[in-house]
Amino acid sequence: MVLLFFLVLFPIGVALLTALAPNHQIRNWIVKVSAGIISAATCILTFLFLKLDLNYYEINFEAINRVMLCLELLIGVYVIYLGIKDKKYLISLLMAAQAIVLCWIEFKLIGSVEIKHNMFIDKFSLIMAILVGIIGSFICLYSVGYMHDYHKHHKEIKDQRRKFFFILFIFLSAMFGMIFSNNLMWLYFFWEITTLCSFLLIGYTGTEESRNNAYKALMFNVLGGLAFAVALALLASKAGILELNKLISGEKVSVLIPAVLICFAGLTKSAQMPFSSWLLGAMVAPTPTSALLHSSTMVKAGVYVIIRLAPILNDTAAGFLVALVGGFTFLIASLIAIAQTDAKKVLAYSTIANLGLIVTCGGIGTYESVWAAVLLIIFHAVAKSLLFLCVGTVEHELGSRNIEVMHGMIKKMPILAIMLIVGIAGMFLAPFGMLISKWAALKAIVDTNPILVIFIAFGSAATLFFWTKWMGKIIAIPQKEERMEIIVKKTEILPMAALSVATIMVCLMFPFISSKLVNPYVIEVFNHGASMDTGNVIIMLIMMGLILLLPIRLLVSRKELKEVSIYLGGANADEPKRFYGSMGTVQKLYIENYYMDRYFGEGRLFKIGLTICSAATLLMLVMAFIY
Amino acid sequence: MRIAISVILFIILGPLIGGLLSGLDRVITAKMQGRVGPPLLQPFYDVSKLLKKETLLVNKTQDFYVFAFLVLIIFTGCLFFAGEDLLLVVFALTLASVLLVLAAFSTSSPYSHMGAERELIQMMSYEPMVIIMTVGVYMVTKNFYISKIVAFDKPLIMYLPGVFLGFLYVLTIKFRKSPFDLSMSHHAHQEIVRGITTEFTGKKLAMIEIAHWYENVFLLGFIYLFFANNPVIGIIATLAAFFLEIFIDNSSARVKWEFAMVSSWVVAISLGMVNIAVLYFIG
Repeated sequence: MVLLFFLVLFPIGVALLTALAPNHQIRNWIVKVSAGIISAATCILTFLFLKLDLNYYEINFEAINRVMLCLELLIGVYVIYLGIKDKKYLISLLMAAQAIVLCWIEFKLIGSVEIKHNMFIDKFSLIMAILVGIIGSFICLYSVGYMHDYHKHHKEIKDQRRKFFFILFIFLSAMFGMIFSNNLMWLYFFWEITTLCSFLLIGYTGTEESRNNAYKALMFNVLGGLAFAVALALLASKAGILELNKLISGEKVSVLIPAVLICFAGLTKSAQMPFSSWLLGAMVAPTPTSALLHSSTMVKAGVYVIIRLAPILNDTAAGFLVALVGGFTFLIASLIAIAQTDAKKVLAYSTIANLGLIVTCGGIGTYESVWAAVLLIIFHAVAKSLLFLCVGTVEHELGSRNIEVMHGMIKKMPILAIMLIVGIAGMFLAPFGMLISKWAALKAIVDTNPILVIFIAFGSAATLFFWTKWMGKIIAIPQKEERMEIIVKKTEILPMAALSVATIMVCLMFPFISSKLVNPYVIEVFNHGASMDTGNVIIMLIMMGLILLLPIRLLVSRKELKEVSIYLGGANADEPKRFYGSMGTVQKLYIENYYMDRYFGEGRLFKIGLTICSAATLLMLVMAFIY
Repeated sequence: MRIAISVILFIILGPLIGGLLSGLDRVITAKMQGRVGPPLLQPFYDVSKLLKKETLLVNKTQDFYVFAFLVLIIFTGCLFFAGEDLLLVVFALTLASVLLVLAAFSTSSPYSHMGAERELIQMMSYEPMVIIMTVGVYMVTKNFYISKIVAFDKPLIMYLPGVFLGFLYVLTIKFRKSPFDLSMSHHAHQEIVRGITTEFTGKKLAMIEIAHWYENVFLLGFIYLFFANNPVIGIIATLAAFFLEIFIDNSSARVKWEFAMVSSWVVAISLGMVNIAVLYFIG
């Protein structure tokens, strides 16, 4: 239990230290050392709790509740003030409503509700803690070098690294707090903190665009927060419950409405379709922010609560609609990703899509689907954070994050390119993790409602298309291309290398992860475990072996192969990248990928998604009341 | 033991059968077009000649992708004939196909590049139907294992007529037959020269050819699954499907990619998904 407290409180201490640090050098050292400490603590936690299944903790300090309430009200006042100052009255209004509901709970309702266990840890919390702790500290480490370069490249932006690292560590603390909270009021408190952190980090650059996007994010998340607060009020007044474990085991009739409202909050936080625009807007933030908050951890908070509530959603109309929202989001976001040239935008859409798949699994709420969903969370977090970090570094080296610019990257900067390829392969190819979990998701869906297969079938096809063409750009080898001299900081290369290895390792360790971490949680909730047949695991491992061993062939120098110029209709000019045009003039060769904007353009498809998913979300709320 | 035998048989007989089928294809095609045509064994003569030629490359990594493509296609076929998980077979096949596309991308040559993009469009066109097919088979037999699917006591076609027709439709793409031979035609006089394989010569081209022989054999195996409870009918149906593909190839002109994609998706929904929905609501 000390360890849980340590993980929640230590990052706050670090945050204060970084804020007090007199110069960059000292701050960088603080960040590096504490990133190390956090990941070490996470490892110890893993080691200690690997054998235990479930632990609840009573923590009876009335003071904690007081402090939380004060902070919450302070946040409320701050947000209302911001809303009025920048004429975003809707945000102020939503926040004010939220504050009123909160006060109602705190001063009227909470007295009659008995709260026994404030904190807990189970296997799902542990999984989340590992992701937050390890990936989070890698990204903090990466930020040290990245932010240094960032301010070298963007002289016009005010250097606010003090604030940046402060928020980053506060965020880590909030994440740890959220996953260990059994008291729903606590969970809600940490939830609000992540909202605020996200708002502050998106607006980091202070430009017009980033401020607007930050407010957009704030608005959707405050809307979700309001739903969360209302859910808590309903729970406290109707069912007399304010604990997560009691909520999950509660009678469906009395807890369904609050559960659906919390799911609604989850949908906003995990940027599902009617609310996804904030996540796309969030890409203006510096890349470590995108990697940490908007791909591997914070958005996972949304799906975290949905999966926690999955047993309640199982076999309800509202649950089916949650699944439907996720399904449409997966399909439409994947299709839109085809038409994107901006690498970060592709990653953003792919994140939204994968979260959609996780939400679908959560909405179905069977033991198989929850198993698949947790696997998706794990594999997605690892591969996606790697991809973001790579794109961030590539952007600094090439001066652009347009995918077209990455043509021939494997020759210009091979090491970075290989890491990027590992990340991409990790996202969609057999035998990497995401594919294993997609497979699991497919199986779960077929066993409950095969109609939903349509989303996976078409969504995966689109996924295949946009990832492969991106990979094709990277591995293309233009003739006579020279290797670029690049200097990447050690603090950047280390996290990327570690995450590349992790992307491969999580696949090799799949049987272990499934049986020791994911399955115990599934059994704890459903009394029924899911797994993959041993035969299939072995085949997957063989495939992995092939993938890892085949490249050895590249190392063998083969003299008998003769290199010639590429075929250009017999009109090759002086060098391989030029040819004679029809009038005998020398033309430069330029190759571009297909984006098919006419069909998969953002504008049209996004509107379709918005309409369908808004309808489904509304219907979800209505259905919750009918049940 | 039985598994080992069928895997070994596939590895040895696969290219022989595939090559013969390819030869048969060319004989029948010639007959349909009123030509004399090549002998049955022509594909083998072609490949053996390719193997003797000097290999010209535009870069060295190209060689690696093609080799990996061949290995994974054989691996996929082995999984199929070992009676393993159908989904796994589909995923392995996708991985193999991606490697061929990457081989083309790596050359950074305009014709190959265009072929690769088109191949990706084709993959995007047929993937949904293939996944729907596996789901349909699972719903009927309650099993993803091919060994169990083959042992199912009733013909799958009875339950999955829509899925079967839809799969037959996308199989034309997989067989690289007209009207869907967008990414590489059997004839090197189209507008993108020879698409994906433009920059491959000699041994590398032979490898791709052999991989396609292997691939065609287990693709026809998918057709067999629908009739598997009676081997005789199964083999006849498979050959009939093969003949049908040749006929379509010879009687249609190449379409644009828009048509290829939209029509395959419409087919996947209207035949495949509707079939699944009917099964779900009745069963």
